[in-house]
Amino acid sequence: MANNVEVKEIKYTAKDFASDQEVRWCPGCGDYSILAQVQRTFPEIIDRPKENIVWVSGIGCSSRFPYYMNTYGFHGIHGRAPAIATGVKLANPNLSVWVASGDGDLLSIGGNHFIHACRKNIDLKILMFNNRIYGLTKGQYSPTSEKGKITKTTPYGSVDYPFNPPMLALGAEASFIARSIDRHPKHLQEMIRRAGLHKGTAFIEIFQNCNIFNDGAFSLLTEKDTKDDHVLELVHGQPMIFGKNKDKGIKLDGMTPMVVDLTTGKYSKDDLWVHDEFDPNPARTAILAMFDETPGFPTPIGVFRQITKETYDEGLFRQIEEVKKKKGEGDLEKILFSGNVWEVN
Amino acid sequence: METEKEKELLQLKEVTIRFAGDSGDGMQLTGTQFSETTAWVGNDLNTLPDYPAEIRAPAGTIYGVSGFQLHFSSEDIHTPGDQPDVLVAMNPAALKKNLPELKKGGMIIVNSDSFDIKNLNLAHYESNPLEDGTLDGYQVYQVPISSLTANALEGVKLSPKEVSRAKNFFALGLMYWLFNRPIDNTVKWIHEKFAKNPEYIEGNEKALRAGYNFGEMTELFTARYTVEPAKLPKGTYRSISGNEATALGFLAASVKSGLPLFLGSYPITPASEIIQYLSTYKNFGVKTFQAEDEIAGITTAIGASFAGNLAITSTSGPGLALKTEAIGLAVMTELPLVIIDVQRGGPSTGLPTKTEQADLLQAVCGRNGEAPVAVVAAATPSDCFNMAIEASRIAIKYMTPVILLTDGYIANGSEPWKIPHVNELPDIPVKFRTEKEGFYPYLRDENLARPWAIPGTPGLEHRIGGLEKSDIYGNVSYDPDNHHKMITLRAKKIKNIENDIPLLEVEGESSGELLVVGWGGTYGAIKEAVNKARAQGYKVSQAHFRYLNPFPKNTEQVLKSFRKVLIPEINLGQLARLIKSEFLIDVQQFNVVRGLPLRVADIVDQIIKTLGGNNGK
Ligand SMILES: Cc1ncc(C[n+]2csc(CCOP(=O)(O)OP(=O)(O)O)c2C)c(N)n1
Ligand code: SF4
Repeated sequence: MANNVEVKEIKYTAKDFASDQEVRWCPGCGDYSILAQVQRTFPEIIDRPKENIVWVSGIGCSSRFPYYMNTYGFHGIHGRAPAIATGVKLANPNLSVWVASGDGDLLSIGGNHFIHACRKNIDLKILMFNNRIYGLTKGQYSPTSEKGKITKTTPYGSVDYPFNPPMLALGAEASFIARSIDRHPKHLQEMIRRAGLHKGTAFIEIFQNCNIFNDGAFSLLTEKDTKDDHVLELVHGQPMIFGKNKDKGIKLDGMTPMVVDLTTGKYSKDDLWVHDEFDPNPARTAILAMFDETPGFPTPIGVFRQITKETYDEGLFRQIEEVKKKKGEGDLEKILFSGNVWEVN
Repeated sequence: METEKEKELLQLKEVTIRFAGDSGDGMQLTGTQFSETTAWVGNDLNTLPDYPAEIRAPAGTIYGVSGFQLHFSSEDIHTPGDQPDVLVAMNPAALKKNLPELKKGGMIIVNSDSFDIKNLNLAHYESNPLEDGTLDGYQVYQVPISSLTANALEGVKLSPKEVSRAKNFFALGLMYWLFNRPIDNTVKWIHEKFAKNPEYIEGNEKALRAGYNFGEMTELFTARYTVEPAKLPKGTYRSISGNEATALGFLAASVKSGLPLFLGSYPITPASEIIQYLSTYKNFGVKTFQAEDEIAGITTAIGASFAGNLAITSTSGPGLALKTEAIGLAVMTELPLVIIDVQRGGPSTGLPTKTEQADLLQAVCGRNGEAPVAVVAAATPSDCFNMAIEASRIAIKYMTPVILLTDGYIANGSEPWKIPHVNELPDIPVKFRTEKEGFYPYLRDENLARPWAIPGTPGLEHRIGGLEKSDIYGNVSYDPDNHHKMITLRAKKIKNIENDIPLLEVEGESSGELLVVGWGGTYGAIKEAVNKARAQGYKVSQAHFRYLNPFPKNTEQVLKSFRKVLIPEINLGQLARLIKSEFLIDVQQFNVVRGLPLRVADIVDQIIKTLGGNNGK
């Protein structure tokens, strides 16, 4: 920054990011909190004039998000937000491009685009609002609904297994994977901030309550009397401790995780697994992601993993520059008249 | 072949040659090299590559035969020729498959080495056609191409397999000799292509020269043939295929509009070459994005268009079907976008490597809701260049998706192209909206186009998307009257394009008995048929559509100036249906859907039939 003569001081407030459109989610919907946390965080993390921010979405309740942000916005078609956002980013790499999507939108119809955005490490921030249900189409089960889920299309219970979103992102080698909860505003703000500062595909799964079609899906993680025993807040460099009285911990026995009691004197803080966000080895991140499927284990929230690698857009523009250097700026006349040409007189 | 004088070097006006062999025999390469050289010596030419969908079908089988036909002439020509005069058959299967189409009395050059029991069996020959009289009446030349190539390459450090593979160069050399073409072009090409493999250079060049010299030395051939250069308009020429011309057209549109080019695409035959060509122009800042599927191809392009690039997406029929919903999104968001559909045989996966014209209705009508888009079609390989520029111009000026239709035949086929100078190409003006004052996302200009206000522009932050928008303001709107108004406005915007495109031209008399009407890649076949019928005294004219939605303004008047209208198409009557419904006129149809270009002779017959024998003469 030292050489940058024109450092423009940008001072925004949350209000600057609110559009003039009336917000039309059901009263009590978790989406309101997510919108508020984004608007609250943006003044801190937006390092460029706000006309350089673009929100892209697919279709679903959550995908109405761009209308409510006073930035450039594109409400796309079902599932395609990551692809549309990719085009925006590659057309103009100076833009800060954000995706708002639902669990159905991103993982069902849009699963292909999601994994490929992660794989290519396109510099997008993807916020997935996970209510474990299809909201906009009024309550059918989604690819994150638990097995046995009774919904309008599964009156006898669904027989499919759900996706584990962090695991899916990890499998596609996303460079930033995090999770948070609509009812945990401070934590959610922190995750948004971290994603905003990351270069590359940043994926945040946000547990979101759909109080109309799947009310209480996350109540164990959000209600006062249960949350401490069911949520594990990941903090880099810190041992994994949870429980109302900070009385439980996670210990790694080889590659096997164990929940241990810290009150019996058998285990202490020093025996616990210390979280390393920057661990390039995906094995431990996968163990963490699998906690959700293991009875007795808490649900981790926080940054699961953050690694640094060249983004697709950086690679693309680097290559363009390299080819220009090698071949010289393109000369259309030369290209048209190249190959086996001959004259007719 | 029409010979003029009987002497050593026979002058021909035109020749059609078909190279045919196993799909591993390199026939496409041989054909392309022969075409390049033929273009370079100044003949007019037209080609038809015809290959199986399997990359390497089992060797020696009939379905594994790959062919390349080219028609060259000292006069203006427009088709690859109905029937070849000369067949080069590298194996029995190639002979079996192609003999029925060879002209009576035509010339056959066979690789006699390949006519062994195994290959004869694979081709389902019960006896050897070289010996059993099957080929009586043809001029047959048996050349042991495999062994002659092997002899010529003795001492070259190549494996027996590599030596065998060089036989196509032997055949090419022989044909160069027979048709009096220079070998230098191909020698140069070999040196460039195999720069990293000196043994390949040596082997292929030796095989080429051996073939040429064999022609000279052998007593097999008593004559050579020559086709004089065609009298083309003055200028600088190159041979160009449709896909290459399409790619160059978009490169030109990018330069002439000053917009960076973005192509989002998923490979599909016969459109893949467009992304392949454009990928080589990185130094023009061209961004080619090989997406995970067609939907991502078009939606990345829509995103790029929103952000201010000249955005295009290329595909073939099945891919266009997948892009349908996204095209509707581009219609609603009123963003410029060009969708190239290189049509192939359908439905479904159909005949992937063959040509067809059956996506017209899909292009014009194939979307949910009232979703009008502009549709244009290229008529010849080189016309792909013009229409790519036109499609880009219309998309930008009217803020609309435009579908550009080409087809497998013109995409793969090539012809000489008089290269335009960059300064002769039209500029494509672009105005991004930048003034804050009075900005609304769905405000319209005199063309009914809304402003292109791209992210990064201060003060113009706005939201668009696929939900219906209120007129002018662009907020989401469910108002019934607003919806009707927006539907009508979008339709009118497309209809207005008719004021901005060339009128439909009539070749021949501008009124009379019969007008033959076509669109897209059948131009050449129809033109040649109409010319032939006229030469026989029939009163017939031609009109060809390159703009299909909207139609040119004078379309109705042109059609109604003739007593009869005949529409030949490689589909079951899609243009005919559009014409009938739009202008309420009766038309005659001629529809043959064989995966191949229409045959000139068939169209001539149809013209005569439509005119009722002598009627119209
Ligand atoms: C091509 C297509 N198929 C189906 C739909 C119907 N549809 C709209 S939203 C949706 C699911 C939304 O669920 P989710 O992404 O979880 O978002 P939520 O509404 O719960 O926020 C479906 C199936 C559509 N709009 N387009
Ligand atoms: S249906 Fe559910 S997800 Fe959609 S707005 Fe209402 S509460 Fe929110």
